[in-house]
Amino acid sequence: MEKLVTFKGWKLPLLLLAPQVLVTACFFFWPAWQAVYQSLFIPDPFGLRSHFVGLGNFEFLLGDPFYRASFWTTAVFSSLVTLVSVGLALWLAVMADRLIKGSATYRTLLIWPYAVAPAVAGVLWLFMFNTRVGVISWYLGQAGYDWNHVLNSNEAMGLVVIASSWGRISYNFLFFLAGLQAIPKSVIEAAAIDGAHFWKRFWTIVFPLLSPTTFFLLVVNIVYAFFETFGVIHTITTGGPQQATTILVYKVYSDGFVGQDLGSSAAQSVILLVVVGILTIIQFRYIERRVHY
Amino acid sequence: MSGMVEKRGRGYWFTHAGLILGVLVIFFPIYLAFVASTVTQPEIVRPPMPLIPGGHFYENYREALVSGINAPVARMLFNSSIMALGIALGKIVISILSAFAIVYFRFPLRKTFFWMIFLTLMLPVEVRIVPTYEVAANFGLLNSYPGLILPLIASATATFLFRQFFLTVPDELAEAARVDGAGPMRFFADILLPMSRTNIAALFVILFIYGWNQYLWPLLITTDPQMNTIVMGIKQMFPSGDDIANWPVIMATAILAMLPPVAVVIFMQKLFIKGLIETEK
Repeated sequence: MEKLVTFKGWKLPLLLLAPQVLVTACFFFWPAWQAVYQSLFIPDPFGLRSHFVGLGNFEFLLGDPFYRASFWTTAVFSSLVTLVSVGLALWLAVMADRLIKGSATYRTLLIWPYAVAPAVAGVLWLFMFNTRVGVISWYLGQAGYDWNHVLNSNEAMGLVVIASSWGRISYNFLFFLAGLQAIPKSVIEAAAIDGAHFWKRFWTIVFPLLSPTTFFLLVVNIVYAFFETFGVIHTITTGGPQQATTILVYKVYSDGFVGQDLGSSAAQSVILLVVVGILTIIQFRYIERRVHY
Repeated sequence: MSGMVEKRGRGYWFTHAGLILGVLVIFFPIYLAFVASTVTQPEIVRPPMPLIPGGHFYENYREALVSGINAPVARMLFNSSIMALGIALGKIVISILSAFAIVYFRFPLRKTFFWMIFLTLMLPVEVRIVPTYEVAANFGLLNSYPGLILPLIASATATFLFRQFFLTVPDELAEAARVDGAGPMRFFADILLPMSRTNIAALFVILFIYGWNQYLWPLLITTDPQMNTIVMGIKQMFPSGDDIANWPVIMATAILAMLPPVAVVIFMQKLFIKGLIETEK
């Protein structure tokens, strides 16, 4: 779609575009190019020079058990975050949608944790499960369960999954509630007259009509779990124990800044760029499909 | 409307009970943080800590705001405000100008610039973190407000939102402006900008929250505690060794860190929902 009526001249529009183009060039394209470039080199031990290794960094990474483990960790982590946050949000939205009155009140009560930063959410959950002072870990101890996410990998993963899903429930709830409220009530009443009870109506009518929303939320939550949960992991586990919660984005950071292994970190950035590219294409194909509905 | 679908019965009360349970579970971590910010350290380190607020609200918050642990929290709140406002306003300004150029002008390389901006959707800062840090360091932007703001203000999302909106503005308005002899900037300032008010406000709400909640970038770019933002500063308040953290002050800081964005969501709920749904389109 294009405008039929436009203004003349080319200097003014270039001037108007200049700020965004400059920022994009300095902080997006130049660093992305640097990442590709650096990924082809290995610095010498003194960091004075680097020599060309071609795809050596990539070969090393793909053969590195820690990096492969990080892929697996990311897959487990993002699937769990997506399932927990989408599932609970759907459940809450379906209930709020059943109410004639009051769904707006519950919406107000449920949406605001979205505004809590992942890093702050991490601190809140860390506090509750802290091995020394945590309330929940203390009561678990009283019940005979010895909680220790500092040593136990599964508990660490569980904790970062819960802390990452918590604020996300709000976001997903908002989209599900909007999706549910867009379904014509007449369709549901027709099914009710035919004698379909609530869950039958849900699975045969509501859930299929909601599938565009669900698909959209699955993609954006995977993107969220991949790239925006750094704060949660950095505050709660710093990737531990034994790298059990080191997702790919965390590994770029820890190898690049803590380990100072720039070649490997750059190669990891390039691999992540490819992953983002694929996820973005999926997202756009979906948007195109929705436009054609 | 009281169709047979929404009858009151056992299911109705179960629905309320389920929702209230959900709300309580979601509220609990914040409630507990608030309780912790009103009691003393000895009450917390001898578990279980109390579950009702204590009487040390004033002392804990004062200690956090005035002295903090590495830097006064008041200072970190100020830094966060500058960063969040800078990101939100900066993104809006550069995006609305570039969208105006792309929609209302025909000039060489227009499509190229359009795709260049479009591609930035695929490059979250987390992905290009090391080289972006090097660029910022080379520009001398470490421990500075421009360093906190600039790398985060290029946004394809905002540009697209304005582009979509401008495309729905009737051509007659631009035509009339041209006939009246008004230049493009006059048309932009007198007609387009006032028409975009709601979009700008909705975008501002979303971008303010986005800017306020940044973590990784401030963590890298600010080494001086005086430049820490509150969201990344909390983690810095934990002792590195085996010492016990100063939980009342840390939890007071956590509450202060979430207050501004939460207030924005609650008091500007309509704009927030509009912004959230439109930026994800």
